[in-house]
Amino acid sequence: MGIGHMILALVFASAGTLALGLAAKWVDRKVTARLQWRVGPPWYQPAVDCLKLMGKETVMPAVAQGTGFLMAPLFGLAAASLAATMLWVMNLQAAGFIGDAIVIVYLLTIPALATIFGAAASGSVHASLGATREMKLLISYELPLIIALLVAVVHTGGSLRIAQIVEAQQSGSAVFLSCSGALALIVAVFCMQAKLGLVPFDQAEAETELMAGVYTEYSGAPLAVIFATRFLLLATLPILLITLFLGGIQVTGWGLLLSVVKFVALLVVITLIRNTNPRLRIDQSLRFFWYTVTPVALIALVLALLGRHYEVTWL
Amino acid sequence: MSTATNGKRTLVPLGPFHPLQEEPEFFQLWVEGETVVDLDMRTSYNHRGIEELSSRRTFDQVPYLVERVCGICSASHPLAYVQAVETICECDVPERAQYLRTIVLELERIHSHLLWVGLAGHFLGYNTVFMWAWRYREPIMDILEKATGNRCTYATAKIGGTRRDIPDDLMSELVRAVDSVAGPTEMLTNAVLDDPVLHARLVNVAVLTEADARKWCVTGPTARGSGLPIDVRRDDPYCVYDRIDWDVITFPEGDVMAKAKVRLLETLEAVKIIKQCAQQCPSGPYDAEVESIPPGEAIGRVEAPRGETFHYVRSDGGRCPVRHKIRAPSFVNVPSFRASCIGQHVADVTIALAAVDPCYSCTERMAVARDAETGETLQSAKALFELSRQRTRWFEQQLGVEPFDQRWAPRLRELLA
Repeated sequence: MGIGHMILALVFASAGTLALGLAAKWVDRKVTARLQWRVGPPWYQPAVDCLKLMGKETVMPAVAQGTGFLMAPLFGLAAASLAATMLWVMNLQAAGFIGDAIVIVYLLTIPALATIFGAAASGSVHASLGATREMKLLISYELPLIIALLVAVVHTGGSLRIAQIVEAQQSGSAVFLSCSGALALIVAVFCMQAKLGLVPFDQAEAETELMAGVYTEYSGAPLAVIFATRFLLLATLPILLITLFLGGIQVTGWGLLLSVVKFVALLVVITLIRNTNPRLRIDQSLRFFWYTVTPVALIALVLALLGRHYEVTWL
Repeated sequence: MSTATNGKRTLVPLGPFHPLQEEPEFFQLWVEGETVVDLDMRTSYNHRGIEELSSRRTFDQVPYLVERVCGICSASHPLAYVQAVETICECDVPERAQYLRTIVLELERIHSHLLWVGLAGHFLGYNTVFMWAWRYREPIMDILEKATGNRCTYATAKIGGTRRDIPDDLMSELVRAVDSVAGPTEMLTNAVLDDPVLHARLVNVAVLTEADARKWCVTGPTARGSGLPIDVRRDDPYCVYDRIDWDVITFPEGDVMAKAKVRLLETLEAVKIIKQCAQQCPSGPYDAEVESIPPGEAIGRVEAPRGETFHYVRSDGGRCPVRHKIRAPSFVNVPSFRASCIGQHVADVTIALAAVDPCYSCTERMAVARDAETGETLQSAKALFELSRQRTRWFEQQLGVEPFDQRWAPRLRELLA
């Protein structure tokens, strides 16, 4: 792949994922509104929210460390777009390299790290409380997510190349159609909810406690960049789960319809969880991920290994 | 942004404007990590001087004023005042008026408690509960508008009776509206009792023990959620509460969950009360003529949705009350935060602050500082105006703009000419 090709792929995949993320956000908001007997916003609302912020003044707190404060959202956006691009390329062109699954996991951690960095640089008390919460949340969900990823890896022949994970699922059966795969999918859904910072895991933002938590001091264009990153993640994380557990994404024939169904199903799960739960306290989410989700993920991994060793496909 | 630190402690300001509350109030949480180790609060950003205003209104105009003490308790405040004045003039309130007053009071309780349930959901990030509770509250608001003319500030309390009658056909519609709330409230109650995640957030959170509840003199659902079975409706009956079958809801736990349960079950009790009132309400006059208010003094007490509302009125036989003292329930409930919130998580403190259903507009007080030796007023209005002008001049200098007087004086002269 030449450098020009790469840049093109990055631009198109990021723009496409952003569009998908905006659509997903609208669906999320609209479904939430209908659930709550409200009308909900028009389809272009998430986009105009972002555009309007682009035109607003950027206010810098006097105590903020300017460079870090402004650079952090950009790092988050860059990492999220790169992860999105890699996932599209791996799904559609079967390209990639050995260990790209690890790179994806790392890239998807960067937006959270950038948020922590930016919040710490803003010098606000609310943001710093939010940052400590984001940090604890990151520590709590990252391990089960990696274990869930390993389950998919074990199921599809032990390769850390995502293209191969997709290929193995398309020639065999999807990972979630086995016991361990289903468990791993459930684990990954919880981790996705936490990564997206949605209720019940929105402690870092916690509007009614910390104003906007980690985002308290952001305004104007940097806030728009943060919004864009979150929209990107709202599309990228379901795609990651589809890639690892639900048999990957296709854009031809019936595969396209199936891919859309998978995406919408995950989106519905996200929206449902966020509308039927109150916000947990940060120590409660930490306990939930360490003492409930991580053991479940480990059980799934053991089952997957047993299944592979004794060649029992349903395990 | 203030980053005041004191050793390991950090100040987390909640307010004066914060998404947690609709009114200006300022909580200063001193935290170590996420644990609140001390807290202080300030109110009176919006002092309106209602007690002073009251002494410049005629007795008949005052209910209009005190309705506006609080938008949610706008039936309780005027009624407490009216009862005090009725005690002074020893007037007999017609039977029907007593029933009509009870109905409006209990409708107010339903809408206030459902409003709180919704807000509590919102404070926990559970916006579905917020929207659902407020939707179920809407039939009550509609029927209040039909029966009294307004969704809040009902303007029904009047010395000697009520200002409006509720005709029979409207009464049956009212019962239907109230019935439509009972089912959803039961559903909400069961949802709260069954939800494990809500349990994690509410049970054993910010416990106000019975001893603390006594010590801080809390009232209303805050007291009843701590096992103190006090309720003016039963302890000092007014209107028709002594003739109706209803229960005082009390839970001993003292946590946020207990307060939620008290409010939800009280909503169901209110439904019971309104239905009995509608059934028993006799026909006849609903207003008694009151000629004048003789000299004297009296108190009026009403169990508002947030607790006991206390009004003291003194008359010298003139047109206006010479003294009118108001104590709203939030004034005693709010300071109990010091007993329930210290040692809690920041996340728990925010819901605990909301759990007493504070109303800051009722709590506003004005303080006057005097020199202990000379008795002179410090920081009088004049001095405060001067400080304000100094600040404006400082900003003008900083921003490099023309002084206010020079900018506007010619234009003002022009306008005046």
